[in-house]
Amino acid sequence: MQDVRDALYIGHRSDGTLTRRPMSPHLQVYRFRLSMFLSIANRAAGVAAAAGSVLGVCWLNAASKGPESFKKVQKVTRNPLGKLALAGWTLALVYHFVAGLRHLAWDAGYRFEKKEINEDGPVAVGVTVGATLVLLASIFGVAACRSRKKKKAS
Amino acid sequence: MNASHTPRIDVMRSQLGRARGLGSAKTGVDHWWLERMSAVALVPLSGWFVLQVLRLAGAEQQDVVEWGGKPANASMLLALMVLTFYHMQLGLQVIIDDYVHGKAHLPASLLLKGAALLIGLFAVIAVLKLALAPSTKAGA
Repeated sequence: MQDVRDALYIGHRSDGTLTRRPMSPHLQVYRFRLSMFLSIANRAAGVAAAAGSVLGVCWLNAASKGPESFKKVQKVTRNPLGKLALAGWTLALVYHFVAGLRHLAWDAGYRFEKKEINEDGPVAVGVTVGATLVLLASIFGVAACRSRKKKKAS
Repeated sequence: MNASHTPRIDVMRSQLGRARGLGSAKTGVDHWWLERMSAVALVPLSGWFVLQVLRLAGAEQQDVVEWGGKPANASMLLALMVLTFYHMQLGLQVIIDDYVHGKAHLPASLLLKGAALLIGLFAVIAVLKLALAPSTKAGA
């Protein structure tokens, strides 16, 4: 035994002889649970939200630079692929927000029993999907109305 | 692990000494706490942000300039930018702590901090430029 940490892996068999205990088992030995997916999804959503925020800063920068830079950004935001990216960013932000509220509740000592966590998981999924759809419909709806109004005016 | 291999304990170290070496790092609570506090602050700021997105969806550049020129909007936007990138840095640092080990940990952490700081500064300057630009309405 070279490393002091190995001491923690040494255990006793029932007959008293020493044994090397197994390391923690890997993901594939566990049955799939919604809570484990929601946990890693929160982290993934945080990373995606961060990446989208960087693009959001680019939008802000283009707006402050002038009409020509802003037109370039509009080419992205009005492109179907750009819209898909915006939808993905929205989904990531909404889920990270919902999961964050759950974390704040857990930290305050609420809804942290196993039963409650399993009850809240599907609710979190429903709220995320619903809020994302409503938000996207409103954003694209408002944008469409605005461009129609502008066409009428010109 | 080879089943026939019988381990031996040859580290003569007390349980207490072992626990001390592996115990709490005595820091980390502030990181955890600041992550929660920035999250709490971001809850109302996100609500405000959603309303502004709905106001600005499909907007042209002059609409954005007019919107960003209002001190209330610029202040909220500054708070949102600073807290977002601060919270982002705290969260991504935890991911680095979890998955990057050994010598790569320090450069990865520094790279993240530098990138978060620069992007945050970039966002702040963009907001300030919008906020402090001469009002387009006044002259016209």
